[in-house]
Amino acid sequence: MELSQREWWTVIHGMVLGATFLLAFAGGLAGLYSLRPDLVTVAGIRERLPRLNLGTAVMAIVAWLTVITGTWLVYPWYRAAIPTSPRSLLIANPAKAEWHTFGMEWKEHVAWFAPIIATAVAFAVFYYGPRLAKEEGMRRVLIALFIIAFATAGVAGLFGAFINKVAPIT
Amino acid sequence: MSMTARSSRAADTHRSESVERPKPNGPVLAALLASGIGSTVLGVLTTLSQSHAGFRALMDIDKNLGFNVGVGPLSGKTVYAVAAWLVAWAIAGYVMRGKSYGERPFFIATFVLVAIGLLGTFPLFFENFPVLAR
Repeated sequence: MELSQREWWTVIHGMVLGATFLLAFAGGLAGLYSLRPDLVTVAGIRERLPRLNLGTAVMAIVAWLTVITGTWLVYPWYRAAIPTSPRSLLIANPAKAEWHTFGMEWKEHVAWFAPIIATAVAFAVFYYGPRLAKEEGMRRVLIALFIIAFATAGVAGLFGAFINKVAPIT
Repeated sequence: MSMTARSSRAADTHRSESVERPKPNGPVLAALLASGIGSTVLGVLTTLSQSHAGFRALMDIDKNLGFNVGVGPLSGKTVYAVAAWLVAWAIAGYVMRGKSYGERPFFIATFVLVAIGLLGTFPLFFENFPVLAR
């Protein structure tokens, strides 16, 4: 029942931050979707707002923590220029090379969309406050961007999990 | 009417007003536009880095600045993209502060810029992009 320091960081990067990200997304999306005057009263909008603020802010903060730890801590171990690094092992095996040439190449870049877009959404939510309920077009666009941010993180997370299964960082 | 009922009604009126009172949309449109610009910059840097060896070396700020953590060119692509996003947000936020604009063009621009960024970071695109310099 032991994990190396590197394995701990992959757990923090992928599971701890990843699970928090998922929870925050669910809360934020539900909050954004239900922030409609035809669904809730003024008092209801007020009641929902703290959860919406929390969901969008946590998602943005966690997205930043995930990409920073991923890029500056975990990724260098993955791509180390030694024959036993995950990247070297994947490239050396034609049956597995695509996990790097497609999966990792996509993951390492696409993940960075999530914090940038999620921050913009969080800013909009905090800026408008309860008024967002009246801004129908804006609310719809924020939902779309919020989903895009989640989808980009989802692609990164999914490939991260698969790649760590095929060629684990130890 | 009791004091409690009166203060409760006053609070409700205040809450209702804060929902009704319009706010200038400039700051939010600036934030959305800047996120699109940051996304596009990431896509362009990723594609250029793949197609030009000199540019790729330029992106390796981890090595160029002496950190030597081992991140490689991804360090520059992401740091420059984040810097571009922040600068774009600061400029657009300053220019658009306190003003309202038609939302539609900004929404379209944001989605187009994000789409360009996504395309530029998609491996099947950037790996098949013409090689400018090996």
